[in-house]
Amino acid sequence: MSIIQEKINAIAPDAVYVEAQYPTFTIPQDKMRQVARTLHDDADLSFDYLVCLTGVDEGPEKGLGVVYHLSSSTHNHWVVLKTFTTDRENPMLYTVSDIWKAAELNEREVYDYLGIRFIGHGDNRRLFLRQDFKGHPLRKDYDPSSNPLSLQCEDGQDTTVALVEDPVTGEVKEEQRVIFSPDEYVVNIGPQHPATHGVLHLRTSLDGEIIKKIDPICGYVHRGIEKLAESKTYPQQLSFTDRLDYLSAHMNRHALCNCIEKALGLEVSDRVKYIRTIMDELQRIDSHLLWVSSFYMDFGALTVFFYAFRDRELLLDILEGTTGGRLIQNYNTIGGVQADLASDFIPKVKEYIKYLPKAMEEYHAVFTGNVVAEARMKGIGLITREQAINFSLSGPSGRASGWANDVRKNDPYGAYDKVEFKQALRTGGDVYDRYMIRFDEILESIHIIEQLIDNIPEGDIQVKTKPIIRLPEGDYYSHVETARGDFGVYIESRGDKMPYRLKYRSTCLPPVSILDTVCRGHKIADLIAIGASLDYIVPEIDR
Amino acid sequence: MFDFSIVTSWIDSMLRGVMPAWAALTIEYVLIGVVILLVYALIALSLIYMERKVCGAFQCRLGPNRVGPMGIFQAVADMIKMLIKELIYIRNSDKFLFKLAPFIMITASVMAFGCLPFGRGLHVLDFNIGIFLLLSVSAVSIVGVLLAGWASNNKFSMIGAMRSGAQMISYELSLGISMLTMVMLAGTMSFSGIVEAQADGWFLFKGHIPALIAFIVYLIAGNAETNRGPFDLPEAESELTAGFHTEYSGLQFGFFYLAEYLNLFIVAGVAATVFLGGWMPLHIPGWEGFNAVMDYIPSVVWFFGKTYLMIFVLMWFKWTFPRLRVDQILTLEWKYLLPIGLFNLMLMAIIVIFGLHF
Repeated sequence: MSIIQEKINAIAPDAVYVEAQYPTFTIPQDKMRQVARTLHDDADLSFDYLVCLTGVDEGPEKGLGVVYHLSSSTHNHWVVLKTFTTDRENPMLYTVSDIWKAAELNEREVYDYLGIRFIGHGDNRRLFLRQDFKGHPLRKDYDPSSNPLSLQCEDGQDTTVALVEDPVTGEVKEEQRVIFSPDEYVVNIGPQHPATHGVLHLRTSLDGEIIKKIDPICGYVHRGIEKLAESKTYPQQLSFTDRLDYLSAHMNRHALCNCIEKALGLEVSDRVKYIRTIMDELQRIDSHLLWVSSFYMDFGALTVFFYAFRDRELLLDILEGTTGGRLIQNYNTIGGVQADLASDFIPKVKEYIKYLPKAMEEYHAVFTGNVVAEARMKGIGLITREQAINFSLSGPSGRASGWANDVRKNDPYGAYDKVEFKQALRTGGDVYDRYMIRFDEILESIHIIEQLIDNIPEGDIQVKTKPIIRLPEGDYYSHVETARGDFGVYIESRGDKMPYRLKYRSTCLPPVSILDTVCRGHKIADLIAIGASLDYIVPEIDR
Repeated sequence: MFDFSIVTSWIDSMLRGVMPAWAALTIEYVLIGVVILLVYALIALSLIYMERKVCGAFQCRLGPNRVGPMGIFQAVADMIKMLIKELIYIRNSDKFLFKLAPFIMITASVMAFGCLPFGRGLHVLDFNIGIFLLLSVSAVSIVGVLLAGWASNNKFSMIGAMRSGAQMISYELSLGISMLTMVMLAGTMSFSGIVEAQADGWFLFKGHIPALIAFIVYLIAGNAETNRGPFDLPEAESELTAGFHTEYSGLQFGFFYLAEYLNLFIVAGVAATVFLGGWMPLHIPGWEGFNAVMDYIPSVVWFFGKTYLMIFVLMWFKWTFPRLRVDQILTLEWKYLLPIGLFNLMLMAIIVIFGLHF
């Protein structure tokens, strides 16, 4: 019996243990908070990283529930917790948002999709859908006809409802909470704003130039991808992933393909693994170059913006030659890749990775050493390592705070176990470090590509799969390191050709949830700088 | 060197010959007004074209190259587009102030434009406190910016206006002090006097160290006065969408746009006049032959050549530096530029008293 099992059994003896991909425990809802607290605080366990929080509807018998994927930043071990409530009329679970801040927005998402309200959560509003939406779409008994298209404009809400449990009687009461009081100067930054990188809406309360509070409002590009996924076969799912974080199109699809292949027990050839890895790294460079140019634009340095775009253009030409796509790649398939590498792919990539480091020197010459740029970046938007972990701020932004969270290192996939590379780490946690770490990553990506590009083995580019793919019953989770962090795919299959529940772990929701904490006391211009440095892609938040 | 006052006095005497003095004056005023506005618009078009070409060159692009040869009619096409666009008024905005703001802006800029000496004898207005007049009329434009921000009933505009209020009033000080330094060296406030005083060497060389410091302070403050990058906080597009002119469209936006470019021209023109000799050719004492050759180049060419050179330098700033934050911009002014400017003023006083300049 493992130590995790012991500790959980000590608190909740009736927890049901299942040995699956990760140790999985189903915990009665009244013990959930206690278990979560122990898992988080216990030094031997220290599950301080809430990877993924998924709401599920398991039908009338088991009820509505939440699946927590937990990991530890120190021990690198995993556990999955499940908790259910059978009450479908007024389902309530205990919140874990005070233990893992990352759960805050995720629990609002669960409320939005499944109607589960969280006791102790200070803000029970919908996250993505309109506040006047009727019903909860991911419930299996949801009727789509109950929501005709509404053309009414929706105003921002200034109050919200919190559920508070009376410590003595155990009675749960609703409590009104004020988000913005009427005399606050609230500015809507977004949804149409040049610096929110998409249609993110930040309601910002200001005191002169100083930010007092930020309330992010998401859902302007919500396409209901997780709902759509439940009525699409597995090969049909692939096209959605490219449209989440469109700058990490390859990696997203890689995660989904990995997950399905793992469930099917399909082993792809080494050639496919190498190609996928090279493509992932090229896409990472592409994404970081676009990120860095938009970062410059947010600082008003338009000239360097064009330098980075110039260099990205060359890379897009290389990708286009093989995949046919520039933004949306459509390249990975279940069991392989769509097409073999173009004949000029290898020499072109080699030429490009030689050219890029020299081109990047130009950005540093114009921007990085500039006294104005340094004054605007250094010491701004500090995120500590603890905050980064607590908010699940993975990816380069988290690594700039000193949290070694690279999935390529911690949980290798593709050909990452065959190459030698360092994970870029910095400890400052300010805008400057988050800016510089992207350059470290680009150089590291070049290093990875250098090792792989000459050694691509021969082999099939596509494993034969059945015409109709059915995943065996069970839960599957797979994750990759995209340009923005830890992107995960959680599939719950019931042996059908369509998933019962499919969840994409968003890499861009944590940066949005941490914005309020980081930006308070800074100035408007710093909000733009911090937002730019955190690097969120709105379609991936909204899904 | 050709003196334009010959032309102007000829027109004046001709008109006075055929009509009473008051009628002649009226016609002259109207003529001058029309000519000034025409030149104003033409310079603005040339600047818009120049900015697009210069920033294109800085950014590895070509810039406009489709409308006309080398794209020179692009700015004209843009102007026509702007003229025929709809004027949109925002509900619940203060309509009167909303309409008034662009006029204040453009009036201030045209009046300042009228102060410049474009060539020998080619100026609208030349009297003993020319620099003082220019500084005061150009300071009026801040009212336009504040009104625009206030009347738009838009929070972004309001923040933009507040920022520009703080910024422009602060930098006015440095601008004035650096001008004062040079006035001290020239001993006069009239533009013609300042230009004449530079016949044997431009002030930038004659006043050596304090003049150079004043020149640099003037360039920074002047750039901030025109609200151009890296000091474009009032309209920082990545923070405030378009700042104080977010809600303006069509011709009204055009006025702001025009005024911004002409303010750039005025700042550069004043820099050229006060530091680089204005329309005065490059003269080196003792080199009579060289000086005579330089005198063959018309004074207007000298003035515009120097001004456009300064404009190029200011554009270079804009397309190289990232934007400052509002507190940094005020720190730069109050903690660095202003003390340096005041110290420089004293230095210049010492130099002028003891005759240490060239």
